[in-house]
Formats: sequence, C-alpha cells, structure tokens
Amino acid sequence: MPVYLIKRIFEMIPTLFGITLITFFIIHLAPGKPSDIFSELNPKITPEAREKLEKYYGLDKPIMVQYGLWLKKVVRLDFGESFSSDRRPVMQKIWDRKKPLLERRLFVTFMINIISVVIILLIAIPIGISSAVRRNSLFDKITTTTVFVGFAMPSFWLALLLMMFFGVYLHWLPISQLKSMNFDSLSFSGKILDVARHLVLPLFVSAFGGIAGDSRFMRSSMLEVIRQDFVTVARAKGLPEHLVIYRHALRNALLPLVTLIGLSVPGLIGGSVIFENIFGIPGMGQLFYMAVMTRDYPLVMCILTIGSMLTLIGNLLADIGYMIADPRIRAR
Amino acid sequence: MKKVSCFFCILLLMVFSGAGCREKERTVLQTASGNGSDETAYGDAIIEGTIGEPTVLIPMLAGDSASHNVAGMIFNGLVKYDTDLSVIGDLAESWDISPDGLVITFHLRKGVKWADGVEFTSDDVMFGYKTIIDEKTPTAYKEDFLQVKKAETPDKHTFKVTYERPFAPALTSWGGLVVLPRHLLEGKDITKTEFARKPVGLGPYALTKWAQGQELALDSYKGYFEGRPYIDRYIYRVIPDPATMFLELQAGGIDMMGLTPIQYTKQTENDFFRNNFQKFRYPVFAYTHMAFNLKHPWFKDKRVRKAIAYAIDKNEIVDVVLFGLGSPATGPYVPNTWPYNPNVEKYGYNPEKAKQLLKEAGWLDTDGDGILEKDGRPFSFTILTNMGNNLRKNTATIIQWRLAKIGIRVEIKALEWSTFVNEFIDKRRFEAVLLGWSIGLDPDQYDIWHSSKTKEKEFNFISYSNPEVDELLDKGRRTFALEERKKAYFRIQEILADEVPYIFLYVPDATPIVHARFKGIKPSPIGISYNLPKWYVPKKLQRHSMEQ
Repeated sequence: MPVYLIKRIFEMIPTLFGITLITFFIIHLAPGKPSDIFSELNPKITPEAREKLEKYYGLDKPIMVQYGLWLKKVVRLDFGESFSSDRRPVMQKIWDRKKPLLERRLFVTFMINIISVVIILLIAIPIGISSAVRRNSLFDKITTTTVFVGFAMPSFWLALLLMMFFGVYLHWLPISQLKSMNFDSLSFSGKILDVARHLVLPLFVSAFGGIAGDSRFMRSSMLEVIRQDFVTVARAKGLPEHLVIYRHALRNALLPLVTLIGLSVPGLIGGSVIFENIFGIPGMGQLFYMAVMTRDYPLVMCILTIGSMLTLIGNLLADIGYMIADPRIRAR
Repeated sequence: MKKVSCFFCILLLMVFSGAGCREKERTVLQTASGNGSDETAYGDAIIEGTIGEPTVLIPMLAGDSASHNVAGMIFNGLVKYDTDLSVIGDLAESWDISPDGLVITFHLRKGVKWADGVEFTSDDVMFGYKTIIDEKTPTAYKEDFLQVKKAETPDKHTFKVTYERPFAPALTSWGGLVVLPRHLLEGKDITKTEFARKPVGLGPYALTKWAQGQELALDSYKGYFEGRPYIDRYIYRVIPDPATMFLELQAGGIDMMGLTPIQYTKQTENDFFRNNFQKFRYPVFAYTHMAFNLKHPWFKDKRVRKAIAYAIDKNEIVDVVLFGLGSPATGPYVPNTWPYNPNVEKYGYNPEKAKQLLKEAGWLDTDGDGILEKDGRPFSFTILTNMGNNLRKNTATIIQWRLAKIGIRVEIKALEWSTFVNEFIDKRRFEAVLLGWSIGLDPDQYDIWHSSKTKEKEFNFISYSNPEVDELLDKGRRTFALEERKKAYFRIQEILADEVPYIFLYVPDATPIVHARFKGIKPSPIGISYNLPKWYVPKKLQRHSMEQ
C-alpha cells in the first residue's frame, strides 16, 4: 500500500502541471487584458500609455515566455503579485497572515465547505437509509418529492427567498456577510454566536442541493445492498433488523459515497463562487469572480491551482478511504 | 436519525438567539420615522452599500469607481466643481490665469493639516504632480499632466504651472488626483507602499478600518479645513449582489444605495419606504447612443441616418426601458448644464418623414416583402452591444421593432465586453453599435469627435470627420473664457444634430435612496454627496453611537 500511495502522489505532479498549462492558456485566450480596466474606452489614455501599462504587467512577451516565468515562480511557491491596482502579493489576498482567521479568504471558504459537507452527510445518509429501508412508504415519497424540488431549485433564488423571509420579514437572521459591524466589541462566545447566525442561511443554501443529491445516492446504494445475499443470510441468522441494516448493510452501502465526496470538491468550489457572491461572504469564491472579471491573471491562476490541488488531494483521500473501508480493494 | 434531530436543535437555538436583536431593530426604525427636532448635531454613522470593493486608495492609481468613491472622501484637490458646474477653490483659495492662458497660479489655503498633523504645502502638490508624470507610475490619468511644460513652487503656498498651449480642461485636472503627502511617500515605490491601503489624507474622513471583502470604516477628521463633518463615521459595506443589497436596505443593514429603475418606481413605492427613506433623482453625466459606422456605404448617406433618427421614439425608450427615469438626449451633453444647447433639431418621432427620406436616398420596397431595397439588396443591419447590460439590450429591441415598421430589418447581437471592444470596435467590424459614454464635467470631447482620433484603440471609432467640428473642438479647449467655449460647444451640437453620426438616445437618471434620518441633503446637478460633511442626524434620531 505505501508503494501504491507514493506512486499516486507522484502521478499527481504531471497532472497538476497539465492543468496549470491548460488553464493558463485558456485564460489568456479569453479576450481582454488586465490593463483594460484602465484603458478601455477611456478617452484620457493614449496608445503609448496603453503600451506602457501592458509592458508593466509583462503582457508584451509571448505567452509561452509568460507561462515559463509564471511556472518558475510557482515552483518556489511564489504566485506573484495581483494585477489589480493594489499590486499585493496574490497569496496575501488569499491567506493574509497578519489578519485574524476569519479575514483570510481561503479559511472562510474552507470552513464553510467543510461544515456544509458534514451537514450534508449528517442529513443525507439517514434520509437515504430510511427511504431505502421503508421503500415506497409515505416517508420515502415525501423525501423523494422534496429532493426533486431541491434539485430543481436554483440556489440563488432560494437564497433570496430565505433572506427575505428570515432577514427582512422576521428580522431573525442577518442577511449578508460573515459578521456584524459591532463584531470587535463582542465577547468570545458572542463572536462565535454572531458568526453562527450569519452562517445559517449560507450553509442551508449550500447544503440544500447536496443533501438532495447525496440522499438519492445513498438510497439507491442501500437498496442495492439490501437485496444481496449476505443481508438475507444475516436476517436468516436471526439478527435484529437494526443490526442488519446498520452493521452489515450500511458499511457496504457507504463505499460509493466515499468516492462521491472526493469528487465533489470542484463542485463545492464552484458553488462557493455563487453563494459567496449572493451572501457577500469574503471568501475565495468571491475573490475568484472579481479576478476573472478584471482579468487578474496571477490571482485567477493561483486560485485555480489551489482548487485543482484540493481536487487532486480529495481524490487521493477518497482512494485511501476506499482502501481502508473495503478489504477487497486493499488486497489488490 | 438522532443526529438529524440534533442538528435541528442547533438551528432552532440560533434562530431564537436572533430574536432578541429583532426587537431592538424594530424600535430603532420607529424612532427614525418619528418627529424630532431638526437641529444639527454631531454623531451617528452612515452605511453605504457598494457592489465592488475598493482596491487602492491612492486616487491616481485607482481604476474602479469604488476606489475613487472612498479615496474621494480622504483626499481633496486644488479645485472642485460647484453645484452649478462652475469651478471653485478647494485646497486652493484662489487662482490666476495669465492673459495668454498659459500660466495658472494657485494660491493655496494656509493652515491646512494632513490627518497626521503635518502642514499641507505646495510641495505636496509638486510631489503628486511629479509622481503622476513619472514613467513608473501606472496611471490612466497622465495625459492631462503631460501637457504641463513647467511646474514651480515659488513659496509654500503657491503652485504655478505653465502650459505649452492654452488648455481649458487643465484647470479642473488639478481636481482630486495630485495632492499626496510628500512627507509620507517620498522615496517610496508608490505601487508597493502600505499607504495605498492605509492612506493619510486631509479630506473630511479618514480610514480607520478595512476588513477585507466586508467593510471599510472612515471616521470624521475633526481638523478638516472646512469644519468637522457632522456624521462621525462613514461605513462602506461590500455587498456584491444588488438584490441582496436591496434586502439589506429593508432590514436596516445599510442606509444608502443606488436604486435600479424598477426599485425606484415600483418596489419602493409603499408606506414603509415613504416613512423611512428619502429618494433622489438627478441626471447622470452619461448618455446612451446608437453610433453608425460612417465607413459603411449605406450609413455614409446623411439622409439614411436622419431617417433612422426620425423612426426612433426616444420618449418611448425612456418610458419603457428606464421607467421614465431619464430624459431624451439631443447631443453629447446633459440637459440643464452650461454646455448643453437646447435649440437643436430634436428628431421627434415621425415615421412618415423617415420613409420620405429613405425614398429620397433610393430605398424602396420593390418586391413588396415589407423590407426596403436598393440595388437589389435588402436594408438589413446588425446592432452590436455589450452583454450584461439589459438597459441597452431592451433599447436595441425597441429600435429593432420601430425600424421594422419603416421596412428596415435589424439584428441584435450582444457580446462580452472585451470581445466587443477588441474584436469589433477596434477592428471597425460593425454597422451600428449601441453604447454609452460617461462624460466628464468638462465639456471637452476632443477624443470622441476629432478626425485625428480615428486610429485603432482611439475613440472616434465611427470615423467621424468634419473640419468645422475639428476647428471648434480645438477652439473650445484652447480658451478659458466660458462664453467663448459655450459658443463653440453650442455650434458643435448643432452640427452633430444635423449630421447624426450618433443617434443620441437618452441621459439616464441616478436614483439614490438615503435613510430619512439624514438631514441637510441638497440635491444638485452634480448629485447629492458633494456636501456630505454637512449632512447630519438630529440628536433624537441618531441610531449608532461611537464608543471608542
């Protein structure tokens, strides 16, 4: 197994290299340049000034050279400086060491996604099991309907409805951002409560679709398992039903879910872009959106590289989890 | 299943803990609508919602409007526009212009201090000027300052600039860009300095807090040279989604934002908003137009352009697209400002005249299919516009429908902004475009209309050329005499109205909304925020108290 692991880790390097190469080219192929924000249809700028700006950003060199320069820096873990007018190092924008954790964008996005995955699993697995065990019961039918509504509902629309109801109509929950304006004057527990209240709606929205999908997945996987012979054997042995389901069937039914979680990383990052913008949460998704809009290449590349790294790690962890959970795979 | 119910417990807890705050906010809204004495008082805070986060607070480096808004509160210029668009002194008490228009001498205010206590002098202006013309400073606003031949500081409170040729926009170019504290920035790389995120200014407000992606807080500068601002704190909250921002306004999370036409005319027309908010409306310094590619054989003919102008009902566009929040445009200036000429051909809706003109130009429906032809080719062209701007797309659709009525077939194509500019505008690959210009407060529009500005990446992309206009444009920017300038710009508008290189469609209105507790707001042609330091909240209505 260690050999297999090492092999897998080494395989990740060329994959990552390939991803950065392709994304770098695609981003530069998109029309427009970072200097456009200053120069597009601004009558006050002359062609000479435009050229100077482009030179300043290093955009006058051929694209292969630009990629080479970028790669050379990234190998030393230096993602360069942002092209936006503040010219700050890209890493500082994503992970500012001088700021508290809640003001580091990567942390915020990471935290929300992890909590959201946990919530998804905590809710989706029991729902999936129950509807599989009580197939075609009223509960199953209700959850099935709810799940399809959940699938069909656009998350931004759901978010707006929730904000209107809980924020404007009832005044129970804050509408946007991560903390209140008097956050600094709150006690420690007050701060936690404040952030928790701000997170209720974003977490609900980001988990809603996931719960819908994963519970369907869990249901079908469970249905497949309880039809198998070893479950019949367990029942024939006279084991109580809850042991049959939770000890014998569940472990087998969970296996495909492990892979699913590993593969869901890119989806989560993509989802962050949407809900962070709606809820005004200062995470990486929001930053990414702004970076793409202003063609801030170094920032876009940095976030994409981190994203693809996380995806690859997610895949690797899924494989490892699979090996731990399933002796049949370990044997190979 | 146990875990599930556990989660719901947590959720309920959070919700209940929120209920306490709800009471408090409700009562606050009540007092806000109650009657209090209207005496001026210090205190309270104003919270403005902004879609984008500022990037850099040094005005000359900033490219986005969010940065300029915030930096504008922190820094002042030598001169500024008064509410009637005349130029008045800001940091300069007065100024002299030499009779030949080549030398401007600014006499600076004495005793003005930067927020850190150091005195403001002509050296700071000189430093800012040298920085903006520096090769290494990446700024988009260099152009006006490169016209300066010589800059001098005869003494601490005098700043003198000499130009090669008289240049009227020069005076206002000394507005907000070039006053920087030399004692803090000299010898530093302006693109890398911390100053950009922790600026020290001399304007009415000073930055005290910047929580990335969340908010910026500015506290009033008690030593501001025009007097301490009444409102103690100005907060910008970054909320990227406009729908969310509107909900925050209703929930009391922000005090001020810009409304969309539908929000202004429909969603805020109820008692809640009437009691708690005040709405404003004034024309934006911008206009939307349809521009013809004058190199295109059909659009070379003035009669065709005129016919299309007669076939479009501008009032209809204003009513439908802007919900009436705007006015029809007749030229490249905003109505009721001094360069605006009200007496030009306005092209009221007149389809009969349009058909007549097209007939004269040789366009006839020979085969009876409802579409005009000339030399066997049907009159069909494409209007290009940029994606994501629904106002423009809706405008194009109305134009399409109106032109269909006189036998012209129009296609509409919306393109992503960068593609649109790089591939179509710059390469002149268009028949007609629907676009908007933001115009400065100075009427100089040399770059848009002068025949020398037709190269790639320049702004006369329709290839407009008229020797008289060229001459007038030059005259307008070479004299400081208002009457002379006015004459030149009036004549330009007459010519443009006659030649119709653009069809000027509408000037949209800005429609901000501000919470009712703020008093002292005086709407003017340049908006409402020019006198922000003079806004105040009567003591009884104050919502936030600043404990430090």
